[in-house]
Amino acid sequence: MSTNQPDTSHTRHYISTAKFDPHSAERLTAEQEKYFFASRRQLMWWKLKRHKLAVFSGAILLIMYASTLVSELISPYNLHTRHTEYIYAPPQQVHFFHDGTFVGPFVYGYDYQLNMENLKREYTENFQKVHPLRFFCSGDEYQFWGLFEADFHFFCPDENATFFVFGTDRLGRDVFSRIIYGARISLLIGLGGIIVSLFLGLLLGGLAGYYGGWIDSSVQRTIEIIRSFPELPLWMALSAILPVTWSPILVFFGITIILALLDWTGLARAVRSKLLALREEDYCTAAKLMGAKPGRIISRHLLPGFSSHIIASATLSIPGMILGETALSFLGLGLRPPITSWGVLLNEAQNINVVALYPWLILPVLPVIVIILAFNFFGDGLRDAADPYK
Amino acid sequence: MIPTLLAISFIIFVIIQLPPGDYLETHIAELESQGESVDPDKIKFLRQQYGLDQPFLVQYYHWATGFFVGDFGYSFEYDLPVREVMGDRIWLTIIVSMITIIFTWAIAFPIGIYSATHQYSWGDYGLTFLGFLGLAIPNFLLALVMLYFANVWFGTSIGGLMDSQYMDQPWSWGKFKSVLEHLWIPVVVIGTSGTAGMIRRLRANLLDELEKQYVLTGKAKGLAPSKLLMKYPLRMSLNFFIADIGSLLPSVISGAEITAIVLSLPTTGPMLLNALQSQDMYLAGTFLLFLAILTVVGMLISDLLLAWLDPRIRLYGEEVA
Repeated sequence: MSTNQPDTSHTRHYISTAKFDPHSAERLTAEQEKYFFASRRQLMWWKLKRHKLAVFSGAILLIMYASTLVSELISPYNLHTRHTEYIYAPPQQVHFFHDGTFVGPFVYGYDYQLNMENLKREYTENFQKVHPLRFFCSGDEYQFWGLFEADFHFFCPDENATFFVFGTDRLGRDVFSRIIYGARISLLIGLGGIIVSLFLGLLLGGLAGYYGGWIDSSVQRTIEIIRSFPELPLWMALSAILPVTWSPILVFFGITIILALLDWTGLARAVRSKLLALREEDYCTAAKLMGAKPGRIISRHLLPGFSSHIIASATLSIPGMILGETALSFLGLGLRPPITSWGVLLNEAQNINVVALYPWLILPVLPVIVIILAFNFFGDGLRDAADPYK
Repeated sequence: MIPTLLAISFIIFVIIQLPPGDYLETHIAELESQGESVDPDKIKFLRQQYGLDQPFLVQYYHWATGFFVGDFGYSFEYDLPVREVMGDRIWLTIIVSMITIIFTWAIAFPIGIYSATHQYSWGDYGLTFLGFLGLAIPNFLLALVMLYFANVWFGTSIGGLMDSQYMDQPWSWGKFKSVLEHLWIPVVVIGTSGTAGMIRRLRANLLDELEKQYVLTGKAKGLAPSKLLMKYPLRMSLNFFIADIGSLLPSVISGAEITAIVLSLPTTGPMLLNALQSQDMYLAGTFLLFLAILTVVGMLISDLLLAWLDPRIRLYGEEVA
């Protein structure tokens, strides 16, 4: 017909025998492939790793929490060991050289003398008494985890000598050992509090966000009311009503719950707003149509979608609880001896005389500052890493 | 707001009622331990007088309605009406809180702007770290240490809000000056904890704003950097400053309480602690309620200010054409 028709008589129908590769045009490099197919957790970890400060803080947190497992080994003395001849002894400095020769880490012994004018206990270093430290040694006996007797310590003072790195308190107890033991309670109360507050926040926020309606508005009102209380006075009031007859361990649980009671609101709000948005997604409707129960939909399909976000904000609210406990115990409303937390230790430093005369008694504030900073930086890093849009 | 306050007052009343027994019982036990006998008739009379024998809700009703006529109940410990015991403590708390908020703003504003405009610089890191340090140091300890150094370096007398010779004196120039001399310690101490959060939030907000396209447009048109910053992004973040009172106020009041206890300021803190410990319920309850009212009213003011400042926020749900 028309001359434009291609002449088909010459060209044969051709089929390549090579295997077809649909990605041949845009092949992913190994690196790209790793990135695109990485799991969510993997991505978060990579992002977190770039945040040097957060990783460093995370390491500090790990070390501090790990130390609570072996407090007995780290501290040279027991929690309640008293040295009646060394009351309010200042910190002993660790030296390495004595008379120009290297002896390794050692301390000078103290000479004690009571100043009869102002009745101040005066301790002076006696340069004749050289007491090298012992390492991996046996010292005070203790019940390891309350299970078996042991007397092993990482380091202890020379026989018949003392080693108070951070000095002693009014009963002659070693402040350093008490700080190490105090970490157990202080760190635990933060974790315990956040668990209770996570539970409350997820439960109430989840209910409010998923069901909406009157449940939502009543939860919202409750949150509003709780948030309009200034925290500390309410904490004070709540801990003041814990009966005096309670055992210290009960008080510990009571304080944990009190701390959590005011803290869950932020989490609940975050959970609620996320759920409100997510429950309209198609996959949620699909799950509903397949007959999944609300509990399953929330916990199985919706919560994992922003669990990293929840973990990040939970991390950020732990320091507030630790500070709260410290403040309450400092005021004498929180934990009571014999339970020892950093706040209980700071309770000894309640007036200005202590700062003037025995400044080492405020040393328990150092771990508090370190842990608060570490939690804040780590939480910040975690939050950035959990944000998929950055 | 009114329902919120009602709910708050009820919760507070429940809390102060929760401990077993009441002040009279504690008081009687104390007297008996000292070997004094107590006339049962007198106890009965006192109990009736204070309405302690009435059911819970009735007690609450009396307490709550008393607030409208300025009757806050009776302080058992001081044997005076709560109103007289409180004196001007509430006012001093308000003054300290207000000045602290202004102080926090004054510190956080320039630092926040600097941090946002010099993101990831050494200055940014350093200032942010300082802010975090303020957050991490417990208020009460900072108060103690500052008190000590204020005494050593400046010779400011220890504790209180004024020199002792001005106490219970009418206001005068000397008293005013003395108050100012003492006020800066609590203000700095309370301010440090709030400043860090404020700096972080201002920085984040301003950074978000600076990334927007109109800033780029302005830059492309050759607007001077300072004008470009001042004219729009900063004004946007100003709104947030007002809105942030809501989150700042509870923490400021919390901080003010514990700092006041350490510094023994004549504000609500020390007396509240005392009242809580001795179960002086009406006194404690009144303080708690006033602190909560302070927060709620503060938030209301910040909301109103915001609505007035920001034309995009409307108090009423008007139709947007």
